[in-house]
Amino acid sequence: MDFLRGLSKDISGCGLSGVIHRKGELIPGEVIVKSICCQEERGNGLGAGFAAYGIYPDFADHYALHIMADHKKALEEVEELLAHRTYMAHEEPIPTRRTPGIENPPLFKRYFVKPKYEGEVREVCGPEDEDDYMVSLVMEINTRIPGAYVISSGKNMGAFKGVGFPAQIADFFRIEEYRAFIWTAHNRFPTNTPGWWGGAHPFTILDWSIVHNGEISSYGTNRRYLEMFGYHCTLLTDTEVVAYLLDLLIRRHGLPIEVACMALAPPFWEEIDRMPEEERELARAVRTVYGAAMLNGPFAILFAYNGGLVGLNDRVKLRPLVAAEKGDLVYMASEEAAIRAICPDPDRVWAPKAGEPVIVELEPGVIPNQRSYLRGPERGTGAAACRYPGE
Amino acid sequence: MPTEIDAKDLHYRDLNRLLRAKIAEGEREFILRNVNGQRYIAAGVSEKVRLEIYGTPGLDLGAFMRGPEIIVHGNTQDGAGNTMDEGKIVIHGMAGDVVGYAMRGGKIHVYSDVGYRVGIHMKAYIDKVPVIVIGGKAGDFLGEYMAGGIIILLGMFSRYPERPIAGIYLGTGMHGGTIYVRGRVSEHQLGLGLKPHKLTEEDEALLRRHLSEYCEDFNLDLEEIMKEPFVKIEPYTHRPYGKLYAY
Repeated sequence: MDFLRGLSKDISGCGLSGVIHRKGELIPGEVIVKSICCQEERGNGLGAGFAAYGIYPDFADHYALHIMADHKKALEEVEELLAHRTYMAHEEPIPTRRTPGIENPPLFKRYFVKPKYEGEVREVCGPEDEDDYMVSLVMEINTRIPGAYVISSGKNMGAFKGVGFPAQIADFFRIEEYRAFIWTAHNRFPTNTPGWWGGAHPFTILDWSIVHNGEISSYGTNRRYLEMFGYHCTLLTDTEVVAYLLDLLIRRHGLPIEVACMALAPPFWEEIDRMPEEERELARAVRTVYGAAMLNGPFAILFAYNGGLVGLNDRVKLRPLVAAEKGDLVYMASEEAAIRAICPDPDRVWAPKAGEPVIVELEPGVIPNQRSYLRGPERGTGAAACRYPGE
Repeated sequence: MPTEIDAKDLHYRDLNRLLRAKIAEGEREFILRNVNGQRYIAAGVSEKVRLEIYGTPGLDLGAFMRGPEIIVHGNTQDGAGNTMDEGKIVIHGMAGDVVGYAMRGGKIHVYSDVGYRVGIHMKAYIDKVPVIVIGGKAGDFLGEYMAGGIIILLGMFSRYPERPIAGIYLGTGMHGGTIYVRGRVSEHQLGLGLKPHKLTEEDEALLRRHLSEYCEDFNLDLEEIMKEPFVKIEPYTHRPYGKLYAY
């Protein structure tokens, strides 16, 4: 019976933290580390990670591929594939440091590449398909090369993650050496999927990154839906589907963020019946068309891209999320204390409503390759979006 | 002289250990400064002590406590007053989700807004009648599965002008206790089978009694609060799900 007791769980939940500077100024890594470490008790040492935007200004036009590999052979296979498919500007090991408690880490390398995609193909298909090309390359590495995983694949951004407490993973990846205009961080408490290096958050595709607290019980439905569009889940964790759903709904289908968030956390039919007509029609269409993209189960998520940070809760708010603002900085976290640890005196603190995204985009034109996916207030949101209180 | 504790960079275990040791030594008044996210403060304490907290206390503030009076100069996170039995929590800011979860006695006074599922599963027994007074607005599922006690929602001191006074599923599954709401609440916001009712004279007296204490805590004008009429929400039966599985 003793060994059974040893398996019993500590009860906890994951911790999230994110910060964005709306003018694109860079925030030192220590800041986000301090914030996520304030929520130490929300994790159990089986996963932590960080996503950082604006960390590779010298290669801002290249896709930065962060590769995790179980062994050298996997890395060699990745390099062979990349040599065929991409032009590589630079490659290097991701700097790590020997950290107490981090045992047998996998290998980490990063490659700055542009797709080999030109001539007639490019003329016919147009340059916007570079992103699609990279998505299929990521899927190919993840599914075809045993022991190799793409941890992130966006421009001027990167994800760093592994098995350990946030302080350990930050130390291991030398997070204090990076400066970013958006940071997200995660402290993991795995509930029903393994605590392994690939399963730590953030999950990413292109420049989308997501950290998540909760359980996505619709994982199977979402995963099958995504497979129809060429996304393959290989990381054994429910959150992975959210990264691909964001890419599918927002980048490929062109849904504004507000509408995509409505697809992920749709209002109840009862609420839809009470909406004004135009909104009601939109909500009905979203629920009908994107039923398989709906995330069922409790969640609080933060996701980011080259241009913004978004916080979203499930529609009955079964996980915590707090937001705050101070000047050009906007913070979101599982606990208010995690925000106050790095911003003791915010101008405003608020608790977002269930299912209403908090969308914070950078001011226009402050970073290279900036993206904006807002539908904009002038067109009406349709979705109940809390862009900001008071805006 | 109250005992001052600087909680900066103190882990919650160390903070609570220190607090308990001081209480065992006979200290009865405390001021906690630089509190930020420490969980379970005063949890399970059964003495009549008084704590003034500056900062943002962490989850489950005063859980299971029986007696202490806690004054928070700031906001609280989720689960304040979880299953508390006696005593009082006064929050000068806003509070998170599941405030007063399964509360059995005592009082929680919140100046501003509260989150989701506040007062879920509150209960009462003979002279133990827990009370939650909320000065701001509340999220969905206020008083869900409520079995006893009193929730008073004012909607006056809110940071969310765009939101309704309460969310949806108010009182869902409630089978005891009373929720008083200042102003109006739409029927669609209420849990299945619930209806807003007019107040009786006893209700008025009860409201005045609880609200005058609330006004003292926050230095507010009772008459200003009483200017607007209240409605009350009560269960229509003590067994709302009695027949759910019978057919």
